[in-house]
Amino acid sequence: MLKLISQRLGLGILTLFAASVLIFVGTELLPGDLASAILQNSATPESLAKLRLDLGLDRPAIVRYGEWLFGALRGDFGHSLANGRDVLTEIAPRFANTMFLAAYAAIVAVPLAVGLGLLAAIWQGGVFDRLINILTLITISVPDYFVAYLLIIFVAVNLGWFPSLANVTPETTFPQRLYFTFLPMLTLAMSVLAHMMRMTRASVLAVMASPYIEMSILKGLTKARIVVRHALPNALAPIISVIALNLAFLIVGVVVVETVFVYPGLGQLMVDEVSKHDVPVVQACGLIFAATFILLNMIADILAILSNPRLRKPR
Amino acid sequence: MRLFGYKLSIVAQIGLAIIALNLIVALFAPWIAPFDQATPVGDPWADPDAKHLLGLDNLGRDLLSRLIYAARLSIGLTLVITALSFAIGIITGFAAAVAGGWVDQVLSRLVDLMLSMPTLIFAFVVLSVLGTALPVLVVTIALLDAPKVFRLARAVAMGLVNLEFVEAARLRGEGWWWIVRREILPNAIPPLTAEFGLRFCFTFLFVASLSFLGLGVQPPAADWGSMVRDYKDMIDYGSIAPIYPAGAIALLTIGVNFVVDWMLSVHSRGQGEGA
Repeated sequence: MLKLISQRLGLGILTLFAASVLIFVGTELLPGDLASAILQNSATPESLAKLRLDLGLDRPAIVRYGEWLFGALRGDFGHSLANGRDVLTEIAPRFANTMFLAAYAAIVAVPLAVGLGLLAAIWQGGVFDRLINILTLITISVPDYFVAYLLIIFVAVNLGWFPSLANVTPETTFPQRLYFTFLPMLTLAMSVLAHMMRMTRASVLAVMASPYIEMSILKGLTKARIVVRHALPNALAPIISVIALNLAFLIVGVVVVETVFVYPGLGQLMVDEVSKHDVPVVQACGLIFAATFILLNMIADILAILSNPRLRKPR
Repeated sequence: MRLFGYKLSIVAQIGLAIIALNLIVALFAPWIAPFDQATPVGDPWADPDAKHLLGLDNLGRDLLSRLIYAARLSIGLTLVITALSFAIGIITGFAAAVAGGWVDQVLSRLVDLMLSMPTLIFAFVVLSVLGTALPVLVVTIALLDAPKVFRLARAVAMGLVNLEFVEAARLRGEGWWWIVRREILPNAIPPLTAEFGLRFCFTFLFVASLSFLGLGVQPPAADWGSMVRDYKDMIDYGSIAPIYPAGAIALLTIGVNFVVDWMLSVHSRGQGEGA
């Protein structure tokens, strides 16, 4: 088992390294170079030369990549091109905000998804099951901002229960913060809930087809007991991995939701800086998002190994 | 009603009707739209009345007409991107399955790598440098989406390559191109069609999200995503204008998903058993 887990860890680190290469190469794709892309029409030969020197474009790409990567490992992401501020101090509080929102959504969505999925499996083929199937299909299909604007119109504007903007500041207290971010949390939770729920239902039902379940039906156990005590433990591996996968999507999906609710998170920052061609900030945000995504996927793999007794105790 | 020899469920029929409606609106936009999409016809944000069913937008243009015209760009752009990503994915996927060996290894590892990265984030990095011209959008999104098609195309072709009829064709001395075209492709079409629906939805939402974030379709051109962006500030004044384009996006994806869900359930039921 340790061998399997260390393999996954190694693979995760390798992927992360490759992601950093891709993020760096992504900015080297240009037909011209970074300096002319940033300045665009306002470029004069002098300003171009100065920016090139600033960015260190006179040196080979591999050297700059090395410096960027080792800087990033030490927490030094360079300076923003837009306002000259240190990228890390710009990013750190926003990253905390994003993680807060994602964690909030996860805490609400995960138990709800597993619970509803189990209920749908227990009442398979019933009205509840079919209703849930259509409802989840619809929530998978609609874009996040559609849900978000519906919530804003009905819950924030018409009913006035929650604020339509999640404008939190460092001074906001914790209960206030929960209240301000309720609608963004709900939007995010709904966007990942459906997948996790469908997966829970499908994995439990897949196990329900096996002979030992038939045995427990013949023993006269109730449907609820069979699903929870007998089927669920064997269906855990796919459920856990789909939860971790959805948390990874949640971290990334946060970008749109943050923009809708003007929530000062990492995603909103990244979108702003993309249109400003502020490459160091975009690279740093990209690296952080990619790292979170890869880390959660890695955790999913490792948990799947741990939850499978056959992998846990190899013969 | 039957499709591919199977009876359609009610939900799938609703889905097909939604898709048909969208295609008709997109194709015949100039004849359906009551007004021109670009010319102002009244005061900005005028309320809906009998002439302007959904009211007017921020520049006094007829909202319904804009919605109808935007269907062209939204759906057209998505179809182009999905077709391109399918072309890339299927060609490389089949090549990996048929050629095997190091070709398969290299392509598969590359795809694993690309799949382990968040698509939207990587798109941001590329767009921050290359800008948001339409060709850049098309190629970037198609390349980012192609690995998912590759995975399926390779898996499907792998299952077929080892079957007897392919072996028979090989022994007959047919070339690999003939085998791919005449033996593998026809048998790979049903799963690939369902995947086309899924990828269409994904790309459609992806393009709309980028436009909504201001990084996709740029004005004066408009798709549904950028319309949501244009109208979003009005929501605090009680206008529900952004709901119309967002609803149009939601409706089409729901329609496609209804059909795909039915297709997948038919395939998982096994062949010849269509109820």
